[in-house]
Amino acid sequence: MAQIEEVSIDQFKHLVSERALTGETMLLNMGPQHPSTHGVLRLLLELDGETIVNAIPDIGYLHTGIEKNMEAKTYLKAEVMSDRLDYMNTIGNNLAYCMAVEKLVDLDVPERAQSIRVILTELQRIASHLVWVGTFGLDLAAMSMFLYAFREREAILDILELCSGQRMMTTYLRPGGLWRDVPVEFETAVRDFIKMFPKRIDEYEALLTKNPLFLDRLLGIGKLDAATALQYGVTGPTLRASGVNWDLRKARPYCGYEQYDFNIPVRTEGDTYARYIVRIEEFRESLKIVEQALNRLPLGPVQSDNRKFVPPPRSEIGVSMEALIHHFKLWTEGFPAPKASVYSAVESPRGELGVYLEGDGSAKPRRVHWRTPSFDNLAVLPKIVKGHLVADLIAILASIDIVLGDIDR
Amino acid sequence: MDKKLETIVQALQGNFSTTFEEFRGEVHVFVKAENIVDALTLLRDKYDFELLSAMTASDYWPQQSPRFHVIYQLTSLAKNLSVQLRVPLNGDQPRIPTATRVYEVANWRERELLDMFGIEPEGHPDPRRILMPEGTEGYPLRRDFPLGYEEPQFTFNYEEIDLQKPYAKE
Repeated sequence: MAQIEEVSIDQFKHLVSERALTGETMLLNMGPQHPSTHGVLRLLLELDGETIVNAIPDIGYLHTGIEKNMEAKTYLKAEVMSDRLDYMNTIGNNLAYCMAVEKLVDLDVPERAQSIRVILTELQRIASHLVWVGTFGLDLAAMSMFLYAFREREAILDILELCSGQRMMTTYLRPGGLWRDVPVEFETAVRDFIKMFPKRIDEYEALLTKNPLFLDRLLGIGKLDAATALQYGVTGPTLRASGVNWDLRKARPYCGYEQYDFNIPVRTEGDTYARYIVRIEEFRESLKIVEQALNRLPLGPVQSDNRKFVPPPRSEIGVSMEALIHHFKLWTEGFPAPKASVYSAVESPRGELGVYLEGDGSAKPRRVHWRTPSFDNLAVLPKIVKGHLVADLIAILASIDIVLGDIDR
Repeated sequence: MDKKLETIVQALQGNFSTTFEEFRGEVHVFVKAENIVDALTLLRDKYDFELLSAMTASDYWPQQSPRFHVIYQLTSLAKNLSVQLRVPLNGDQPRIPTATRVYEVANWRERELLDMFGIEPEGHPDPRRILMPEGTEGYPLRRDFPLGYEEPQFTFNYEEIDLQKPYAKE
């Protein structure tokens, strides 16, 4: 279908400076296959010696048409695709999608399910930040950081496997609750993690936070002020490192976040180091939330008993005619949603993860749009790398924490 | 509706004679395409909507007028409010004035609309496709664009389909 076209400088003429056309500055491709672009991102750099004059991101290498595919599936089946967007934050994506469906069809979620959702989302946030801090260290030549971070991430993936049977593509959260209740080993596994992890954060900090080599690469690099950040739609830790106290968990609590006592780390410097500090602090805050939620985990069902949307348990099917009918209807045609649209957003490790969901009265959505945080966070990159060295670009790109699956959808 | 939101909706109604609807606590305001830049500027400057959270479109094919709704999801951090603006567009040559001068974030989002729906942003500084490769025909997120399943190869049609496969042939 697509014809391969010869790319010429004419296409980029309006994006580069005039010096590039005379050959005074150099145009250089970085990526799509480059270890420091964290995926398949291509950057067209205009360089004056080592200094960056312009950077033009080229995205779409990982475009999988998830939005289009979701339109062709029922609400329940479409959820499987949400895991594949931001593959570092699968539970968070499930949560965003389930909350949108629940809002669209007006479905209740029992309290136990809400608490487990919070525990798992926060653990996933820690896992995502661990990958970030590991690759961030790796990009800045602190290779041991990568190994330590992945060791701890393994413990979290084991907890996810315990619950859902999958380490990454979990699809554990479902509209109306969870797939099933957590196993008995869950509580001990999470408690072990809570006990072990604070010491590990201190180890990371001992390794990086005051390391002079590390500070030299980060302090004052890639400054982003609050007004620019908002203009470019930057959200999440990157926005909070620029001095804007905005976190959807505090501002618009969902899943009962208002019951928990936690802080939102904010820094005002807006440089690469501030973004690092904010994420390290978020480790501790997430851990606080997990501990509180686990301590007051209520007993009860983990799925709504609204049988129009949630399939009945196996035990009911043998004895109840209605249960059998609901089971058959839900698994053959799914449930219809009203002819209306909702926008529902959660705080992902990278920022505001929003789902625009529109029903057309049938069992399949008319439109699903993912407002993914990495997309807008990357758009600000050309603005903040100007005038820095190529080596600093690596640090800045790592510090805004992009996931290409999240950008290209 | 929230009191603060009500004054904002009334201001929009007074200035641009808009209509609105409510669903599950969300307010959707319908704005005409020629007024959208002014409406966004008013909301940003006077009512503190600093953040254009999301910008997307929805296709109502086979309905032709309006065929598309362009959707602007705005957030006010200072007041903790949200409002959604929707711009209905007709099916033949859909165009929308660019919002890049009000919100920089609209730059990539409008390129995505151009790429996925063929909605042309007028006055956009860099109107190129963003996700699909150059030379793609059609607009993938339109409802009349096929999902593109591959026809299975059997003995009787193996070679016919093989000819169209993209990999190198001897």
